[in-house]
Amino acid sequence: MTLRTTRRVLIATAAGLALTTALSAPAYAEDVTLSYLVDNAPSTVAVAEQMIKDFEAANPGIKIELETRPGGGDGDNIVKTRLATGEMTDVFLYNSGSLFQAINPTQNLVDLSGEPWQADVLDSFKTVVTAPDGTVRGAPIGAAMGGGILYNIPIYKELGLSVPKSWAEFMANNDKIKAAGKAPVIQTFGATWTSQLFVLGDFFNVQASVPTFAADYTANKAKYASTPAAMKGFERQEEIFKAGDLNADFAAATFEEGATKVATGEGAHYPMLTFAVSTIQQLAPEHLNDVGFFAIPGDDAASNGLTVWMPAGLYIPETSKHQAEAKKFLAFAASIAGCDSQTAAGGATGPYLVKGCTLPKDVPPAVADLLPYFQQDGTTAPALEFVSPIKGPSLEQITVEVGSGIRSAADGAALYDEDVKKQAQQLGLPGW
Amino acid sequence: MVAEITRDDAPASTRIKPVRSPSPYPSWFYLPAAIIYGVLFLFPTVASLFFSLTRWTLFDATFIGLGNFQQFLKEPFLLQGLVNTLIYAVLTSGLKVVIGLALGVMLTSQIVARGYLRAVIFFPVLVSTVGVGITFTTLMHPTAGAINTTLALVGIHGPGWLTDPHFALISVALVDVWKGVGLAMVIYMAGIVAIPQEFYEAASIDGATGWQKFGSITLPLAMPATITVIILSLIGGLRSFDLIWAMTKGGPGFTSDVIASVIYKQYQAGFYGLSTAGNVVLFVLVAVLIVPLSAFLNRRQVEL
Repeated sequence: MTLRTTRRVLIATAAGLALTTALSAPAYAEDVTLSYLVDNAPSTVAVAEQMIKDFEAANPGIKIELETRPGGGDGDNIVKTRLATGEMTDVFLYNSGSLFQAINPTQNLVDLSGEPWQADVLDSFKTVVTAPDGTVRGAPIGAAMGGGILYNIPIYKELGLSVPKSWAEFMANNDKIKAAGKAPVIQTFGATWTSQLFVLGDFFNVQASVPTFAADYTANKAKYASTPAAMKGFERQEEIFKAGDLNADFAAATFEEGATKVATGEGAHYPMLTFAVSTIQQLAPEHLNDVGFFAIPGDDAASNGLTVWMPAGLYIPETSKHQAEAKKFLAFAASIAGCDSQTAAGGATGPYLVKGCTLPKDVPPAVADLLPYFQQDGTTAPALEFVSPIKGPSLEQITVEVGSGIRSAADGAALYDEDVKKQAQQLGLPGW
Repeated sequence: MVAEITRDDAPASTRIKPVRSPSPYPSWFYLPAAIIYGVLFLFPTVASLFFSLTRWTLFDATFIGLGNFQQFLKEPFLLQGLVNTLIYAVLTSGLKVVIGLALGVMLTSQIVARGYLRAVIFFPVLVSTVGVGITFTTLMHPTAGAINTTLALVGIHGPGWLTDPHFALISVALVDVWKGVGLAMVIYMAGIVAIPQEFYEAASIDGATGWQKFGSITLPLAMPATITVIILSLIGGLRSFDLIWAMTKGGPGFTSDVIASVIYKQYQAGFYGLSTAGNVVLFVLVAVLIVPLSAFLNRRQVEL
């Protein structure tokens, strides 16, 4: 008896299900599901999820599925391989500048030059997602970043220090911090990419003393090892190590640990990109207001300025079957609503590259310290990877070696010149 | 098998000259295997030989002759990678022989909890290499790792096991030994158990000490096991990559790079032609080392 009832219930359920499916089938057919690939950094994922939520609310009928990939070199490989095999998602997030040039944008990415929203994108961003044929292939996501030094404000107050404008002042501050028993400089070689800031973030100072460096370097006429101004970055990294200014676990600490250390005052300075503010917001929100920011100081206090990183771009591969819908998502990302959605999820980390986008009044102090650089003339310079297509892939290992005393600065710079040569040849640039 | 057939056939062959009998199976039975072999082995091999001669971006390839090989052989880290590979291979296979033999002898004798000890020592062999790598990376953390915090309790300031360039490669090699010594132990146990007890009894009657029995009976008669362990761990050491990548990624800097990780880094950097050339070099290198070694081994086995 019970058996028969069960069976009857089952049949009824099955029939009901079949009916529901049949009825709702046309509705599903209208829905388009876009796939969207981002790197797996928690801050990137949080922003992506918020943007998807807001976009889907405004665009019924389009669903977005988020996929994540590792960052760094492994991520570069995944992006290149998926593009080459035609398996790329409908929209993907990837670096602008030199890494963008390495994924063969002319051949692989949809041309977005004619999109109406390009009028709202700042030219400074358009240049870093422009393919060699002069067409724009990306939309901005995220805010412009500064590459400099995050510092712990309570330590500065306690020791009565002021923000250094020259390298000598910076080292003097470090001596006082060390005398007070704190680690002056945090390094996190457990995540090797974090080791590059002293070299890459010094580019404002390089171009201030050798204005033609980027062009000469791209044309194989200028080298790091033979340009004293460019060597400075390596030398300073060596100097910091030799002074014994690093945190005890510098060789194994990770980026997240470094961000937490500078926020909680375990260390005073952390050379980093300002996007770390959103990491601090997630890991140590109660200390967000304890972190300030300044550009890496050069020799001369009079020419103090910031090296700027452009944010990543959103791209559509030629192989996407839903290009019209994907373009809608890019249009959303490049709109004021898109900026607000990002601010809601990740906080304000810097100025957006879309006209009309504003930041909330109460930005964290590190961002407040960042903004004035953008508001004056001549106090910012784009990082080398945005003005030259060449960035050697081994820089992070080389700076780890220089920064932990395994290799001398001169050796490191010479080795990096070799690395750059390989990359230039791979890109098929003239003159190499 | 072959020997048996020859012996059975011998009388027949004296009467009639043997005609090669047709195979009972049609030749197209070979086809599936041939296709799989061709697609999964022959084609990639030939393709990689071609791509090793090009500058390859995955999107297009430019023929550059032997440029990649020239570039790869003057890779500043290649020489260090080669030396590290040899250090790693010799260190791991040497330690596996010594420790594996000691454990094999100990765990074939009558000791307490023998089965339990065998299981415990063999267990790491079953665990995923990357899992082992991540676990030991945490244990070997210079300031917060369990190893150094324990050493600190007894007043020793432990080194940065994976972050000090002098220790990194050796630390990884030791973890490799911890993970792989169980297999060596099992091979030795099989070899030792196969030695007839009579030899030991005869030696005891002649008044041999324990050390003499070990030196004159166990060690020489367990030679096949020793050779197996050496070959297996030497090959494993030469192509080692997973554990090193999981623990140090060749770091700090380039100090614990081995050939395989140098090649992988070229691939990661997008130098696909160059890394393919590196793999061709590694292929030749392993062949040059292993082919004579295995020929030598096969001869030894016939003699034994």
